[in-house]
This record gives sequence, structure tokens and C-alpha cells, in this order.
Amino acid sequence: MNILVPIKQVPDLVEELEVDDSGKDLDREWLKYKINEFDDHALEEALLLKEETGGQVTALALESEGIDKILFTAAAKGADKLIKITGDFGPGTASHTAAKALANVIKGLEVDLILTGVQAADDRDGQIAVLLAHYLGLPHVSVVTGLKVEGSKATVHKEYSGGVMGKFEVDLPAVLGIQAARETPRYAPVSRVRQAMRSTTLDESVAGDVSVSVGSTVQRMSKPDTGEGAQMLAGSADEIVDKIVSIIREKGIKT
Amino acid sequence: MSSDIFVIAEHLKGHLDDVTFELLGKGRELAGATGGGLVAVLMGHDMKALANQMGQADKVVCSEHESLAEFNPEAYGKTLHEIVKSLGPKVVLIPNTSMGMDLAAGLSVDLDMPLVAYASDIIVDGEKLTVTSQLYGGKMNVESVLEGDNCIVSVIAGSFSAEAGKGDGTPQVDDVAVPESVGDNRVRFQHLIEPEGGDVDITQQDILVSVGRGIQNEDNIPIVQELADALGGALSSSRPIVDNKWLPKTRQVGKSGVKVKPKLYFTVGISGAPEHIEGMKDAELIIAINTDPKAPIFDYAHYGTTEDLFDIVPALTEKLKG
Repeated sequence: MNILVPIKQVPDLVEELEVDDSGKDLDREWLKYKINEFDDHALEEALLLKEETGGQVTALALESEGIDKILFTAAAKGADKLIKITGDFGPGTASHTAAKALANVIKGLEVDLILTGVQAADDRDGQIAVLLAHYLGLPHVSVVTGLKVEGSKATVHKEYSGGVMGKFEVDLPAVLGIQAARETPRYAPVSRVRQAMRSTTLDESVAGDVSVSVGSTVQRMSKPDTGEGAQMLAGSADEIVDKIVSIIREKGIKT
Repeated sequence: MSSDIFVIAEHLKGHLDDVTFELLGKGRELAGATGGGLVAVLMGHDMKALANQMGQADKVVCSEHESLAEFNPEAYGKTLHEIVKSLGPKVVLIPNTSMGMDLAAGLSVDLDMPLVAYASDIIVDGEKLTVTSQLYGGKMNVESVLEGDNCIVSVIAGSFSAEAGKGDGTPQVDDVAVPESVGDNRVRFQHLIEPEGGDVDITQQDILVSVGRGIQNEDNIPIVQELADALGGALSSSRPIVDNKWLPKTRQVGKSGVKVKPKLYFTVGISGAPEHIEGMKDAELIIAINTDPKAPIFDYAHYGTTEDLFDIVPALTEKLKG
């Protein structure tokens, strides 16, 4: 079974984010990037499937600064093949453009299943999984948390709200937007990433024609208006504990 | 091409989701600005009772077939495709939910319509439509200007008032034919899986202590459980805790979990991604502990501290017990 896992990097949200001088994008100069956490779950699910049923896992990503290391990390975790899609993909590439580039390359590959993150922190113009499925004409299910493959069919759990899930049968090939893998995504130590850099080939594939209309432009980016915001409790840890206790008592929640 | 605003109705187990009314309320305002009608699109089977609940709409376009009885990404996708293609609305509002995610992007590709996702606000000014999206885990608001004559906006649940979308009166209901292939799908619904019973129902609790990634590892969970016990409440969590299987799914607050409205919502190590905020922002009193002063949770909390949770929580538990 050939499993493709499109992955992308996003700004590390733990870091403080600032708006650049244009007022339309992040100030990216000091930004730290990491793999989109949902893509990490998609990769984990792909590796679990491979361990259960055999097959080959290919991680794909669009060319961008720092992406080689993210791809080699995927290899260190167990991906068999790496494909870097080359083209002019600046930071903040639209989801439509990214999905089209992925579709162009994937059309030339043998594929049974495409697993990717259900969403990313910056997909302003829609989620890659469903865009990609429609560019490829493949069936799709988003917000998948459970997955089983038997022959040319997958059985998936799609999460709704309130803990309810829908169970679906899907003909392969298909695109699944992964919310969470069955296991916590594995960790690859730096030594193994270095080893992967020496032993794994990073194939390059040209994106081709990615002229799709996104149909909207960013006019302004700003930090959310915090409004009232929280009243921050000052003082030592002990003083803060006392303040919390008195707030709770004052509101009659606990005496 | 019309000036109409379409709202895609979302339903599960025979009930319209609140987000449908939120979109109808906002849709009413937008229709006022565009001069078009407000049209609800209802796909399902034996759904007339739901159609009649959408009194705020001028019209409900109803597509019924047994293959649409339960949500199906493919069957719903192609039905919606036909409806939008033939009726040509100006704006299609879709909830940015599990179901909506499987519809919005596909419609955008197939009909070459612009899509802006994660919307928390929409403004019409003459011909200009501006959409604000909550991106980067709620840390940035991004305003997009739409080009062209029509668009799809997928809206974060909880962004608008549901009350504003509830209207008396009976809307006009138009039945529309389903596509011929509606029953022939590569994705087939099998059944719903209900959450396991027997656990605490966190929607019924007055006091919730909610734990997030900041707790670091499973061995630390008892620290927050003890606080919940001392407060006489229950323990809930954000998504990563459930993904890690440190707490059962029944404890998850937010988009793919449950919506809660307790008297006290006490967050420990939760940064407040939009998916979480959606489920708890209506709590009466929110107190947040998080070491990142920029964490979005502090925009919604009434009181907050950036002190280390490991310094605060055990001491607070002791104090409450004493």
C-alpha cells in the first residue's frame, strides 16, 4: 500500500507573533517554524498503518526554507520516501495553491491513501485535505480520529461535536484529514534525523502549473482586540492563591 | 447571479445545531446589506420539521433523499454543488465544523468560488465584502477582501448570536431535486458512535477545572483532579489531553468536544485555541493559569495569572481544603 503524507510547516505558536511593516503578514524574520501538529498526527497514523499492513510511506512538502529538515525528520520517524515539490512558494502560500501543487505531483504517483492534517494554523482559504481531494477527484473525509484499512476500503471515524462520531466506509484511493492519530506522534532524536539526512534521498519534483484563483487578498493582520481581557493577579504565588480563593468565595461558588 | 445569502443548515440526530441559527442571524444582516434574500439550504431526509424551525429565512431550499439522511461528505457535497450552481447565491455561509469542512473547500474548487475559512466576522460595505478570520491559534485576526461576484465563507461556531437567527413564522419551503448520483458514493455512512456512557457529564457541572497541554505529562493529572475535588467540581480538558488519552473523550471541551457553561471554569495550562474557546466562553466566571501572557485564553478569562501552575494549583487545593 502506498501512503502519501503531505506535510507543511507553520509558525510555532508558542512563540510571540508580531505583524510586519506591511500590516498584512507576520513578521517572519525571527519566527520559529515546526511541522503542523495535525500533519504530525497524519504521519504517525501512516506509520502505524505501515507497521500493521505493510507498504510504503512517502512524505511530501512544498519547497520552503527549513523544509528539508522537516522532511528528514519524517524519514527518521519511518517515512520511506521524501519528495520536495519545487516552485515559488513563499511563506503564507495559499492553501488552494499548495493543494494544486500537491495534486500536480500526486497525479504522477501510485497512491492508495493520502493522509494529511485536518487543518493548519494558517490555512486562511480552506483546509488542504479537501482542496486536494477535489483537485484529484478523490473521495474525502475530514476530522478523522480512527482508521482501519482492509483491501481497497478504509473504515474511518469522523468526529462531530459532543463526543459523537460518524463511522464511514471509504473506497480507496481517498484523502483523509487527520485530527488525531491513534497514538501520540513518535519523536525522532536529532541523531536519527542526522542519520536520515545521510541515508535518505530527498527527491525533487517540479510543481508545474499552480495558477488557481484564490479570490481574496489579505487587507490587514492584527492581534485580536483583547477587549476587557483578564484582570491579571499580581503578587507572590501565595498572594495569588489567596486572591483566587477570595474571588471564588466572593462569587458564592465555594465557601 | 443573485444577491442572496445562503446558509447551509447543519443537523445531527434530528436537531439543528446552534451554529445554523448563528449563521441565519448574521445572514439576515448581510441580506439586508446586499438587498438579497436569506435562504437556508437543508439537506437530509424527512426534514420538513427542521425546515419550519428556520423562520428567520425567507426561504428554505430542501433537498431530501434517503442517502442524505445522515451527513455524507460526498452525497452532501454533490447535492450542495448542484444547488449553488443552479441558484447562484452571492455568499454561501458554511459552519467551519467537522461537517462544514468537508463541504466548503470542495465547493470552492468545483465551482471556482473564493473561500475564506475560520471567519469570525463578515462585513458588507456596498459591493465590498470583508471577512475576518481567526488564524494562528486565535493569536491573529486576518482581514480578507473578497474579489469577484460570489464567495464561500466558513464561519467558526459561536461567532454570532444564535438568538438573532431564531425567527417566528413559517418560511417558504422549496423542494429541489437531488442529483441522480446521490446514492452512488465512494464514501458510505455506516452508523453513529455515541460517547461511552457512565462518565461524568461535564455539561451538567457547575464547576469545571479544565486542564491543557501545560500540565506536561500524565503523571501530573492528579494535581488538577485534586483541585477539582477541593472545589467540588469535575475535571475537563482541551483536545491534546484527550488525544494523549490522559482523560476520556467525554471530558473534552470545545469544537470536537462539548460546549459547557458552568458557574466557574478554571483553566490550567490551556492557551485557548479558537476550537477550545468555542466550547467555554459563555462560562459565568473564568479563571486562567497559563505561563504565556499572550495566550488567547486571557482575552476571555475574567481573572488570570502567569505564575507556574505547579506553584499555584497544589497550594490552592490545600487552601480550599483547609
